[in-house]
Amino acid sequence: MEFAELIKTPRADNVVLHRPFYLAVEGTLCLTGHHLIFSSRRQDNAEELWLLHSNIDSIEKRFVGSLGTIIIKCKDLRIIQLDIPGMEECLNIASSIEALSTLDSVTLMYPFFYRPMFDTVEDGWRSFLPDQEFELLSSVTDEWRLSCINKEFSVCSSYPPVVIVPKSIDDEALRKVAIFRHGSRFPVLSYYHKKNGMVMMRSSQPLTGTNGRRCKEDEKLINATLRPGKRGYIIDTRSLNVAQQARAKGGGFEQEAHYPQWRRIHKCIERFNILQESLIKLVEACNDQSHNMDRWLSKLEASNWLTHIKEILTAACLAAQCIDREGASVLVHGTEGTDSTLQVTSLAQIILDPSCRTIRGFESLVVREWLQAGHPFQQRCAQSAYSNSKQKWEAPVFLLFLDCVWQILRQFPCSFEFNEQFLIMLFEHAYASQFGTFLGNNENERSKLKLSQKTMSLWSWVNRSEELSKFQNPLFEANSLVIWPSVAPQSLQLWEGVFLRWNRPSKFLDEAHEEMNNIIKYNKELQAKVNALRRQLAEMETDDKMQENL
Amino acid sequence: VENVRLLDRLSSRKAALGTLYLTATHVIFVENVSETRKETWVLHSQISSIEKQATTATGCPLLIRCKNFQVIQLVIPQERDCHDVYISLIRLARPVKYEELYCFSFNPKLDKEEREKGWKLVDLNEEYNRMGIPNNYWQISDVNRDYGVCDSYPTELYVPKSATAHIIVGSSKFRSRRRFPALSYYCKDNNASICRSSQPLSGFSARCLEDEQMLQAIRKANPGSDFIYVVDTRPKLNAMANRAAGKGYENEDNYSNIKFQFIGIENIHVMRNSLQKMLEVCELKSPSMSDFLWGLENSGWLKHIKAIMDAGIFIAKAVAEEGVSVLVHCSDGWDRTAQVCSVASLLLDPYYRTMKGFMVLIEKDWVSFGHKFNHRYGNLDGDPKEISPVIDQFIECVWQLMEQFPCAFEFNERFLIHIQHHIYSCQFGNFLCNSQKERRELKIQERTYSLWAHLWKNRADYLNPLYRSDRGQTQGTLRPQMAPCNFLYKFWSGMYNRFEKGLHPRQSVTDYLMAVKEETQQLEEELELLGERLANLQKSQLNDNKVKSKQQDRSKQLGLSTSNNSLANTPQEYSNDLKSFPSRSPSQGDEEDSALILTQDNLKSSDPDLSANSDQESGVEDLSCRSPSGGGCLPSEDSGKDSDEAVFLAV
Repeated sequence: MEFAELIKTPRADNVVLHRPFYLAVEGTLCLTGHHLIFSSRRQDNAEELWLLHSNIDSIEKRFVGSLGTIIIKCKDLRIIQLDIPGMEECLNIASSIEALSTLDSVTLMYPFFYRPMFDTVEDGWRSFLPDQEFELLSSVTDEWRLSCINKEFSVCSSYPPVVIVPKSIDDEALRKVAIFRHGSRFPVLSYYHKKNGMVMMRSSQPLTGTNGRRCKEDEKLINATLRPGKRGYIIDTRSLNVAQQARAKGGGFEQEAHYPQWRRIHKCIERFNILQESLIKLVEACNDQSHNMDRWLSKLEASNWLTHIKEILTAACLAAQCIDREGASVLVHGTEGTDSTLQVTSLAQIILDPSCRTIRGFESLVVREWLQAGHPFQQRCAQSAYSNSKQKWEAPVFLLFLDCVWQILRQFPCSFEFNEQFLIMLFEHAYASQFGTFLGNNENERSKLKLSQKTMSLWSWVNRSEELSKFQNPLFEANSLVIWPSVAPQSLQLWEGVFLRWNRPSKFLDEAHEEMNNIIKYNKELQAKVNALRRQLAEMETDDKMQENL
Repeated sequence: VENVRLLDRLSSRKAALGTLYLTATHVIFVENVSETRKETWVLHSQISSIEKQATTATGCPLLIRCKNFQVIQLVIPQERDCHDVYISLIRLARPVKYEELYCFSFNPKLDKEEREKGWKLVDLNEEYNRMGIPNNYWQISDVNRDYGVCDSYPTELYVPKSATAHIIVGSSKFRSRRRFPALSYYCKDNNASICRSSQPLSGFSARCLEDEQMLQAIRKANPGSDFIYVVDTRPKLNAMANRAAGKGYENEDNYSNIKFQFIGIENIHVMRNSLQKMLEVCELKSPSMSDFLWGLENSGWLKHIKAIMDAGIFIAKAVAEEGVSVLVHCSDGWDRTAQVCSVASLLLDPYYRTMKGFMVLIEKDWVSFGHKFNHRYGNLDGDPKEISPVIDQFIECVWQLMEQFPCAFEFNERFLIHIQHHIYSCQFGNFLCNSQKERRELKIQERTYSLWAHLWKNRADYLNPLYRSDRGQTQGTLRPQMAPCNFLYKFWSGMYNRFEKGLHPRQSVTDYLMAVKEETQQLEEELELLGERLANLQKSQLNDNKVKSKQQDRSKQLGLSTSNNSLANTPQEYSNDLKSFPSRSPSQGDEEDSALILTQDNLKSSDPDLSANSDQESGVEDLSCRSPSGGGCLPSEDSGKDSDEAVFLAV
């Protein structure tokens, strides 16, 4: 298919662009296969707006006489309005945008066409390999092994080719366990807590069904992670009710009788369309421009977004508490083990492990706990808050995770190497990107798409010093401790950087950030100067002494 | 009383055992744990209510709510002791004479001269001079010299030059409590001004020639404009109801060239109830997100804050952008009028966003114009219906502005919180009584100390590190978003959950940046020193002068290395399920967590200023404010607190 077929009117002049907090500008609109480009060539302030078609969540068109208006709502939550003279042009452009923003073949997506304009220092596809992770692990413990059982994705289609499992469990046993777990997602290592050797594992639900099936290998596997005489916790991210209902569909949960050394705790983290509805309501409330918006707090409350944040954070804190404070190992799962499970395991690591609070460490966490762990990004992030499709598999699971990270970052502003912009950038790229990183639903699909050969990795771009500087937190001071966030409602806030980003003037906040950077930059410069002078003085003094001794 | 338990509100399982002392001025709780002996001090004047709850098996619970939003839960073993404490506190918390208040016994060990200097720190005449007054249009009037015209006004007032004593007195007779229009703020760039008064006694049809002339005079004092705004800060309904009582509002037909405007800010009773509702939400034990947001909305608190801000914004716009003078009033002109005039001044004039300027602003619009501090904040036992968080709301407006304009204010959040604290503490004389007249009669300035001098002395603690006097944000008028930005108004947990340290960010950006700035200053000094030494050394080498330099000690690293942050704190109760787990008690680390209750350790309490101050918070902050970890979280076993402090105190 040629994109040209979809573009009936590639260019329109005298188009007026409206955005909140900016004056309307007139310019030329161009459509290409992957971009909507608006450029104003007026006098000195020539500006261009490039919008990826894949960033467009929905469009609306309106007509007043022959003047057509297109309202474009983006997945990054921005809303722009284009006034296009000429009914036909407007209709053509609208239908092109609609077609181009809803391409159904992944291989037509921009990452397959994108040619980077920067020199790659490091291939992001090879930055975070499981072998390296395992090497780090094996330097502290020898109780685990790297299993290639899933090499051809033959055992579990949503797992990566290699996984970390207890050394005492062989591949044969793993195969049996896989049959006993939903989607074959058998328990694997998620995190090893160096401080006390406790671990966090994740999996999907066991397929106990109504007649309480059991699997000896499964019991053996998870017991293998316990120290002698120690107990562990199973954190089920569903309420007891939901977990019980799952039995009717062949799923279920671990029975105490068969797992006597484990204590099960149910936490209620919502899934799928409930989350998507929540996002839609929240964004609706944030975009409400009516003047007497005195029901703002009720609307915020009704969206339930912050309730989800609180639930997810609470579950993650609980997992972290079990590991660090109770000295117990933990197994986390929900139903499939691809959504709420990953929210909990990844946030717990941020709380427990200082390395996850660095830029590289966080990238590695996203790769391990989200991409390789098989979070179906393509399904979940197909649409965002302006979606009309209401597909069951669309859900802002990853955005909720990023929001939770932001909440912790806000409470510990000096403990993270990255800043809020870094999290916002990840949100944007998860929904629309020139890079291939978030394409596909799991490693299996990514390898079939040959993404690592055909597309550029997001990490190749981010990890260059030019880009990194934008994402560094000037206040960062390495903090080797466990950080316990507060989950009280008073401590949780709306993430304005994402949800009010386009609805509030940011000038004064930007100024404050700039000032913060200046204060720290100046301090560092002075430090460098002082150190240089000290060295110089010390050298002269030794010279002096040497001369004296001569 | 011994063996009293102090409960932690966040966690019922954590309680500290100790001894309770009642003194003439404070309630003091000292923990039994031998090495720390943590102390909690509460001034009697801070106590807003005491509640004795039903006796349980463990003892008799006593709940003390404070005006600075601290809530203390005690369990006293013996019912009789509890009753005695209760009775004593009820008496002690409600003094009947000013002389019983703490400021008359508080002695910060300053001599007479220093005390007088302290009171002179804020001088309102100087302030009017700064505004450019007196000038061709405005002059000082001595009509109220002996409080003869209005006993709640100050003696020195600024009025339009064309307003004769006859007009003023005439106008005053037509205004509630004779609070005639007087100048609050003058904008020398365009001659526009903000004046304030009480409501006119217009009833349904009454007029007063002098009052009309008075408003005319205000208009003429601004030759650039042919009308003035008259802003009635009450809801229209309230103002109309007042007409039946012979009061009311200005009729546009009777006054030439006025534009009349209602801005609906609710009265003190609505505000008192609103705060009460919000505090109930803050006090909820482990509320859900919905409980909290719903309760917050239902309290209406943020809506009221927004109403006050909107009024201030309206006036600031009229003055700065339209160049039109404004007369503001409510009913008596000492609550809503004070709020609105001071918010508008703050928006208009960058001077009021400095530390000194903010003191001047409170002194001008609140203290001198007769805001009834004693009644509103219940310093002496009085009518509970007079109590209302009027200045608290103003202080919150300032905080909301600070959130929107982070670089515009010279001072930080702590400054606001400490001012709020001292409005209730009665430790300084500034906010005693209901008017200047009463304060003069009591000889406050000779018998008590000024808060402003105390804050000024410690101003380093109150600086906003992001403030730059030469930056765009700090210059000129602040223009906050008027509408529809409800979402810009946020719940201020730093104030209303001030004592639940566990709820706040565990690291403070402000404190971190202050530490960096302090270090930067030291670096600048050292750089200069090193430069000099280098020059000397080069000179001496040049002269082949082999004088040994014995300054090696200087080469020791300054305290610049990254600090070993002590940021750990213990987790909250994330799940009740954990309790029943048999293996270990889940509440390890109790002793670490107890720091969440405000305390003052022995060392600090022996410092006269601090102990007397009873500002436990500053006690904690003094200890930890230099460290980026912020107050409130104690180091856990795996952190070195010593190193943390050493880093910032080394130089």
